[in-house]
Amino acid sequence: MNSKVQNKIAIGVLYGIAGVVVLILLALVGYILVSGLPKVSWHFLTTPAKAFLKGGGIGVQLFNSFYLLILAMLISFPIALGAAIYLYEYAKDNWVTSVVRTAIEILSSLPSVVVGLFGFLFFVVKLRLGFSILSGAFALTFFNLPLLTRSIEDSLHTIDDKQREGGLALGLSRWETVTRVILPAAVPSILTGVILSAGRVFGEAAALIYTAGQSAPALNFMDWNPFNISSPLNPMRPAETLAVHIWKINSEGIMPDAKAISSGSSAVLVIAILLFNLAARYLGKRLYKRLTSA
Amino acid sequence: MFMSSDIAKPGTTPERHIVQPTDAQHPTVLSTEGLHVFYGDKEAIYEGDLKFARNQITALIGASGSGKSTFLRSLNRMNDRIATVKGRIMYRGVDINQPDIDVYEMRRRIGMVFQRPNPFAKSIYDNIAFALRLRGVTAKNKLDEIVETSLRQAALWDQVKDELDKSALALSGGQAQRLCIARAIAVKPDVLLLDEPASALDPVSTSQLEDTLLKLKQHYTIIIVTHNMQQAARISEYTAFFNQGRVLEYDTTSQIFTNPQVQVTSDYVSGNFG
Ligand SMILES: Nc1ncnc2c1ncn2[C@@H]1O[C@H](COP(=O)(O)OP(=O)(O)O)[C@@H](O)[C@H]1O
Ligand SMILES: [Mg+2]
Repeated sequence: MNSKVQNKIAIGVLYGIAGVVVLILLALVGYILVSGLPKVSWHFLTTPAKAFLKGGGIGVQLFNSFYLLILAMLISFPIALGAAIYLYEYAKDNWVTSVVRTAIEILSSLPSVVVGLFGFLFFVVKLRLGFSILSGAFALTFFNLPLLTRSIEDSLHTIDDKQREGGLALGLSRWETVTRVILPAAVPSILTGVILSAGRVFGEAAALIYTAGQSAPALNFMDWNPFNISSPLNPMRPAETLAVHIWKINSEGIMPDAKAISSGSSAVLVIAILLFNLAARYLGKRLYKRLTSA
Repeated sequence: MFMSSDIAKPGTTPERHIVQPTDAQHPTVLSTEGLHVFYGDKEAIYEGDLKFARNQITALIGASGSGKSTFLRSLNRMNDRIATVKGRIMYRGVDINQPDIDVYEMRRRIGMVFQRPNPFAKSIYDNIAFALRLRGVTAKNKLDEIVETSLRQAALWDQVKDELDKSALALSGGQAQRLCIARAIAVKPDVLLLDEPASALDPVSTSQLEDTLLKLKQHYTIIIVTHNMQQAARISEYTAFFNQGRVLEYDTTSQIFTNPQVQVTSDYVSGNFG
């Protein structure tokens, strides 16, 4: 068999595999959307869930998901940014950095249910935070931190070393070079990474079941004082998210329309994650364009 | 100024031939004394003691890998985290190769332009202005003025004056390199180091760049690495020939190109090697 034929076969096989992957994805997303979209309505998206009766919605869960996402990002982004800057721009290759890198590596490969159980033992029980948004946000931080750090490090890596030298040659300090030259140039890529990780966090369930809890107490959307128990902003209240809701309905849902609600919620979750991914691409490209052209 | 190695036996050529500039009109601004540069254990510069004359252009030539960049980057300590630099680097009477020197301030006096243009991902205006802002120049009219004079000196003003807000990454290679020069001179340096600044440019941009350098020499002391011997001959007053980490010959450019004393130099400038 000559190499030309071999090459053709190899390419054919690779195309085949890629095609199968895309087909599986399309089938999965298609199935979820087809079975779930009919259920999705404004009413469904905005009303609270009902435990025993038909006609409940996912309003509170949807809000919880976003609120937890924002809190988790607020906590994890600065830490990840600092860690990535330290590791990529400052750290020398010695045993300390290699320990840190290994730790990040291990942390990123922990199953999220382990992160969840750790969060339960540490934040919920030990620190007495209870099943709360805060416990959930901390657990999500553990889940998110290694991935986000790596992604920001990758973003810094895409900036040419010539840019760093350019800054130093102008008499800027390392810190000035990083903050004034490198970070601004890396913003599009960092933002893309942040949004993509937001998508992952948004769909996460296992880390939240034992930390943010599985109940969604009714919220009073007129009360924005974070210290009131029924306020949506109260970080100490238990908060079932959309992903946890799907898991819960499927394992113990007793409302008559459980199946439909589960399908509808899944469709909403999938759409949200798709939107995160599209937004990441779009914003990243746009920002990059703005930086590089008129 | 003669060194022992300069004195050759009759009929042979010397191994090294170093004539430091002595023109009283152009006193020494920068010089290296006992310079040795190591990458790890590997010594990249063995003998590289040169004096650089003020407001003149000095060219560093030599085959690739001969240590020109290593030498140049040592002069404003861009090698600090990369290589070990031993010896003294005297800048206006001060040894700047000491730990307690303020490197950031020193690099504002001894600026550098690199081989590949490296404009920042900012507007043309901000490429020049932002380092000044960091140093406390905040008055808009003052910034405008410096941006304009720097761009004029770098011969870029006429092409970009109407689009200063445009991203610098959209400039052509030659324009980008001149922006990098403008950026370097905006912080008012004394010495300008250039490492093959034209190697990524087309012939037209290269000749514009050379004109620019010839004008800039009124205000700055210029040290330029180039692999292009015509370029060295066209623009420089002095030329140093590097070979395997050593400066084998240093003299006026006309001497180096018309009457080289060392055989290796002679081979190199006549194109017999490298
Ligand atoms: N960062 C570095 N680490 C190790 N060795 C280097 C480094 N940079 C240059 N060298 C070595 O130092 C010698 C001189 O290189 P360089 O100064 O770049 O030469 P030139 O600029 O004349 O081409 C070469 O042997 C090169 O391999
Ligand atoms: Mg070089």
